[in-house]
Amino acid sequence: MSEVRTLIVDDSSVMRKIVERALRQAGLDPLVVFEAANGNEGLEMLRAHPVDLILSDINMPAMDGMEFLRQIRAQDLAPGVPVVMITTESSEEHVREAIQAGARGYIRKPFTAEQVKERVLPLVHAA
Amino acid sequence: MLLNGVRTAAILRAERPGGKEGKRTMAHSMRESMHLISDPRNLDACVDEVFDLMLGVNCVRDAGPLQLEAESVTAVVGFGGVLSGACVFRSSGAAAITIAARMTGMEFAEVDDTVKDAIGEVCNMLAGSWKSKVPDLSANCGLSVPAVITGSNYHLHVQAPEFRLCHEYSFEDACFDVTILCDGLQ
Repeated sequence: MSEVRTLIVDDSSVMRKIVERALRQAGLDPLVVFEAANGNEGLEMLRAHPVDLILSDINMPAMDGMEFLRQIRAQDLAPGVPVVMITTESSEEHVREAIQAGARGYIRKPFTAEQVKERVLPLVHAA
Repeated sequence: MLLNGVRTAAILRAERPGGKEGKRTMAHSMRESMHLISDPRNLDACVDEVFDLMLGVNCVRDAGPLQLEAESVTAVVGFGGVLSGACVFRSSGAAAITIAARMTGMEFAEVDDTVKDAIGEVCNMLAGSWKSKVPDLSANCGLSVPAVITGSNYHLHVQAPEFRLCHEYSFEDACFDVTILCDGLQ
C-alpha cells in the first residue's frame, strides 16, 4: 500500500493518538499523520497538506466537526477525500446529518481497532 | 464551584444553528422516559463499555464511597437540551494516572496535561454512552466539551438536582466514581 496521508481532527491529543494507533493496527502503513485540535486548524492543515483520508470528531471548540465538514465541501479543499466522523454523538439524526454534509463513514466512541479497520480500510482502498 | 458554565456550553451546542437539536419537538415529555433516564443499570453498562473498549479492563462495582487522597481529578461534561445536568467522573490522582496509562500505553509520573486530557475523554465517552441508552436523549441532548479540575480541598457544588445517580467502581488498584446529575428535564 502506498503512503496514506491522514488528517486527524480532535480536541483531545490523547484521542488523536488512539485513532492513529488504531489506523496502524488496521494495516494503514506507511501512514503520515497530520493533527488538528479543531475545525479551523483542520482547514488550515488541508490548505497546507494534501491528504488521502480525514477523520474528525464532532464536539470541538472553535469550529466543530459538522461545520468543518461543511467548510471542506464548500471550499472544495479535499475533493474526493473520504471523511469519517469519530464521535460520542451517535443518534441516527447525527449520523444522517453527517452523511448529508458529506461524511463517508461514522464511528462511535468508544470504539475498537477492529471497527476502525472495518469502516476506514474500504474507503481508503476505494479512493 | 458551580456547573453553570459547563451547562451553558452544552445548551449552546444543543441549540446552535445547524445542529437543529433545539428546534426539534418532542412527541412526549422527557418525564415519561424518567424510568429509563434514572435506570442505574444504564450507568453500569456505559462504564463497562468505555473501560472494556478503550482500556481493555473489566470494572467491578464497589459498595463504599470513594476515598480520595490529597490530589484528586474531577472531569465534568455538561448536558444541554431536553435534559440539563452533567456527567461527573472523579478519582484520585494515582487512579487517573493508571487510567491514562492503560488508555495510551504511556507512563506518567504525575497528573500532567495528557492525563487530564485522557480523563476528560473518558468522561466525554461516559456521557455520550449514557445518553445513547435513552433514545429521546440521544438526539435531543447536547454535550459540552469536558472540563477537568485537579487539586485538593475543592468542592463541586450542584444546586438541588432533580435526580442524582452515583456509582463507585474499581479495576486493579484504581477506584473512581461516576455521577449523573439532572437538574432540568423538559
